Parts: sequence; structure tokens; C-alpha cells
Amino acid sequence: MHTIVTVTERVPETPSTVTLRFDYPVRAEPGQFVMIWFPGDDELPMSLSYTGGSSKGVTIKAMGATSQRVQSLPAGTRVGIRGPYGNRFDVTARRVLVVAGGSGAAVLAPAAEAAAASGSRITVALGATQAPELLFRRRFEEMGAQVEVATDDGSDGTKGFVTPLADRLLADGSFDAVWTCGPEVMMRKVALSAARSRVPTFCSVERHMKCALGMCDACALGPLHVCVDGPVFPSDRLLGLPEFGASHRDPSGRRVPFGGR
Amino acid sequence: MADLGTRIGGLALRNPFLLASGIWGESGESLAGAWDAGAGGVITKSIGSVPRLGYPNPTVETFDEWGLLNAMGLPNPGIDEYPKEIDVARARGATVIGSVFGGTPEEFATLARRIGETGVAAIELNLSCPHAEGYGTEVGSDPRDVEAIVRAVVREVHVPVIAKLTPNTPDPGALAVAAERAGAGAISAINTVRGLALDTTLRRPVLAHGLGGLSGPAIKPVGLACVWQIYDRVRIPVIGVGGISTPEDALEYLMAGACAVEIGTAVTQQGIAVFGRLAEGLARRLDALGLASVTAAVGAAHASPR
Repeated sequence: MHTIVTVTERVPETPSTVTLRFDYPVRAEPGQFVMIWFPGDDELPMSLSYTGGSSKGVTIKAMGATSQRVQSLPAGTRVGIRGPYGNRFDVTARRVLVVAGGSGAAVLAPAAEAAAASGSRITVALGATQAPELLFRRRFEEMGAQVEVATDDGSDGTKGFVTPLADRLLADGSFDAVWTCGPEVMMRKVALSAARSRVPTFCSVERHMKCALGMCDACALGPLHVCVDGPVFPSDRLLGLPEFGASHRDPSGRRVPFGGR
Repeated sequence: MADLGTRIGGLALRNPFLLASGIWGESGESLAGAWDAGAGGVITKSIGSVPRLGYPNPTVETFDEWGLLNAMGLPNPGIDEYPKEIDVARARGATVIGSVFGGTPEEFATLARRIGETGVAAIELNLSCPHAEGYGTEVGSDPRDVEAIVRAVVREVHVPVIAKLTPNTPDPGALAVAAERAGAGAISAINTVRGLALDTTLRRPVLAHGLGGLSGPAIKPVGLACVWQIYDRVRIPVIGVGGISTPEDALEYLMAGACAVEIGTAVTQQGIAVFGRLAEGLARRLDALGLASVTAAVGAAHASPR
């Protein structure tokens, strides 16, 4: 059953991402997602970027036509929420490397916040196309995390993808866990590196979703259903799947290769 | 221990619990997963002639534990793409039943022939989706249409043809009689019951498509009534569908005349482990009632079972 809530605040985070905050007084854990319905438009699965207390939030990246439209919704807009659904990050790890690519930081920030609040040490490898797109950099810094940056164009931090930066941090530090979210090709590389370093890795995976109830099969990934088995998976459940980092399914169920990086 | 084996005409099943069409059926891995979880057979998503994206979200609305309204809109990758998913499930040993939907007898016949070539054990015709323009209920509500479609299909295939019928009609029995006359090997009853969810704050339907189909415990009495009536009207086997989430629900359908049952919405509430739970629970319940097998229960509530 959906609940109608009112957007209380619209916060532009970077040139391509916007956070919508709303009151939804239901317990939620870092890593979980909601189905958010924009009446007259689409209903989308969105990981919560704010999970604590009654004020929740989602951080939306401009990707398709729908996400561009809903980014511009002003405070006061009514939206429908179902959920939260899915599992969560285990925030009891004591020494965590967070590897965020682009808008992947949206789901990682609340997890890092929860872990940091209970005394865990957090290191963040934060990647983006360019400096202004580094999502939640200040939020990570404010929770006391060590933040290292990579940008594709070299406008801040290391020039290039976030994966070599993550490799370097993995080599230097002794981590209990790696948490990662971003383009799936990136997550696959991070998971492979961390496996070589024998650090357990957890990936927040995205798939097209319709029901979010474990029924319609739209989010099937090998034998897994991202909506009910995930969206957070230990990498050893993913690395053996030929689809991980390679293909997803379109709304008709056809396999589609991931484009770009 | 009671024998859970059953038959749909010539098709032998290890137990009566089939994965319903539209549930977990988009990928071969998922079909195989349902088989591994203990399903007696798995029915594919309904496949059409060309890829179809389905309706935009919202496509579902849930009502506590008693029901689920959906209008997925028959999303499927099309008959050219889909057979490789069936191959995956069959390679893992699953008994696969192929479901197809068409708009004309000719389209049904072509799709049935194509899906028949994959080696499926039976073919279920979707004559009953309640929310797709030009398909489902729109071509499955008139006995003459049902007869023409089934007749066109049985000429093209060598496996049992199952007509899945709608409850959204005054006389489901007449549809079943038409399907039997045309050569159907079995009847599935029922598909979802047409329904609507509204949001009063927004003054609009919740589902993007507006109308949807209701499933889950709320529709069990509707499905039972249809199976009960159809059992009295035809000689071919009946598969019961609608609101089955416990072994007792399944036994009610068996006693109403079903020789097998389809499980759908219960998967969203109990996970795929529901299949193992249902099989174990049904065996125990049959034992407690002194019934030696599933087949001994079929039609048992009728005054004169077959």
C-alpha cells in the first residue's frame, strides 16, 4: 500500500543530482530503497539517501526523461511511497572502505554515517566525472571520514576512474569491509580487487524494477532478485554471475549489455 | 505418506503446485529456481509475437495480506528471444509449461507452434488477462472466440493445450465447454479478477493503467466457485488458480475438482520457499484425512466425483 507524502525540501546537490526530502515516519536502514511514485508520471526504485528519523530522502540523478522531470519538482509536491524494501549494509564493520562512483554515494552516505556514529573508521574513495559532480563530499567529511577523490577530467584529486584510487587505498589500509555503489562495471572491478586483498565486499546493485515484491522477475540477476534478495549483495554472490557488470534486462525482459564504462 | 503425484491428462507432475504465469517467469534462471524450490512445474510468462515493455509503473498496489492488484501489461521479450530462457530451465530438469497470448486464432496458433518447438510439456493459452487491450479477456470472454482459438492451436502442437479462463464473465463454465469441444487438454481457472485502486488525496487511480487484476487470498472463493462449476461441466482436467497460500487452500481446490493448482501471489508473501512448504503441508493434511494421494482428493467435495 502506498502512502502519500509531501516533498518538504528540494536540495540541488551537484549539477546532475537533486535530493528530495519528505516526512515518512517508518523505520528504514541504510541500503534499503523505496518505490517513489510521481503521480501522472512514473514510479521508480530509489535507495534512501537519508534513513534516520522521520525525515527521509532520495537523491536523484538526471538519467532518463522521468528523472529529469522529477528533479525539478518543488517542495510541496505530493508523491507516493511504498517500502522501504530490501536489505541493508552491515554497519557494524569497524574499518570500512567506501567506494562511490557518481550517484552511488547516495546510498553509501547514510551507511557510512551510521557506521561512523558507532565509532567505525571510514575511508571514502569518491569518484565523479568532474569536481562539481562529487556527491556528498562535505557530508562524508563531516562524519569524520578520510575522503580521497578521483575525477575523470582531473579537475579534483586523482585523474581517472575511482577504481585505481580504490586499489591504492586497499593496498595501504587494512579494511574489514568494502562497500561500493556506482556503475556496475566499476563495482565488478572493485569487487575483484577487494577479493584479491581478501576483504569482504558489499555492492548495492540497481536493476529495472516494477513490483519490488519478488514477483514480476524484472530485476532478476542470475538466480537473484535484486528487490528482495538485495539490493546489497556480498560480492561472492555476484562475481560468479556472467550478467554482473555485463548486462541487465529492459522492461520487456530482453538482456541488454551495459553501455559506456 | 500420501502420494503427491498428479496428472494433467497425459502430463505427469511430481506434485500439484505449479508456478503461475507472470510470476518469476521472465528469466530461465528464475524458472529453474522455482523448480529447485519444489514446484511441480513452472509456467512461463505469457509470450507474444513481439517484445512488449508492459505498462509504466505503478504496476502494482498491495492490500495488507489479502490482495494484490496488478497491471503489468504483458511485458515479455517476444517469441524470437524467449526460447533461450526455456532452454535454461529445461536444462536444469524443470517441467516447463509455455504460456502465450495472441489477438487472433492465427496469432495464437503461430505462437503455440513456436513455443512448442522448445520442448515444453504443455502450452497454456492466456485467454484471461483482464487489462490488456486486444488480448486476454477481450478475446477470451465469448465461447465462440475461445473455441476458435483453441481449435487453431491444437492443430499446430503435439502437447496438451491448457485454456486459462477468466472469472470476469457470467458463465465461466460455458467457456470451459467451448475449450473442451475444441480439443483443449485442460482448463486453468481463474486469472485475476478485474479491480481498481484509487487514491482519494490525488483523486486518481493508483496504477498507471487504471484498471488491474486482483489476486491473493481475497479471490480464493471466486476461483473455487469457478473450478466447482467447471468440474461439473467438462470431462477434461481442471487446474485451480486464485488465492492459494496454504496447504488447506490447495486441498479446497482439489476437492472442488482441480487436479493441480497454480501459485502466484503467495510467492510475494512467503518467498519461493512456499513451494516446499505447500507440498509438505499438503502431504501431512492428506495423511490426517486418510487420503492416500492427491488424486484421491480431486473432486471429493462433489456429490458424485468422477
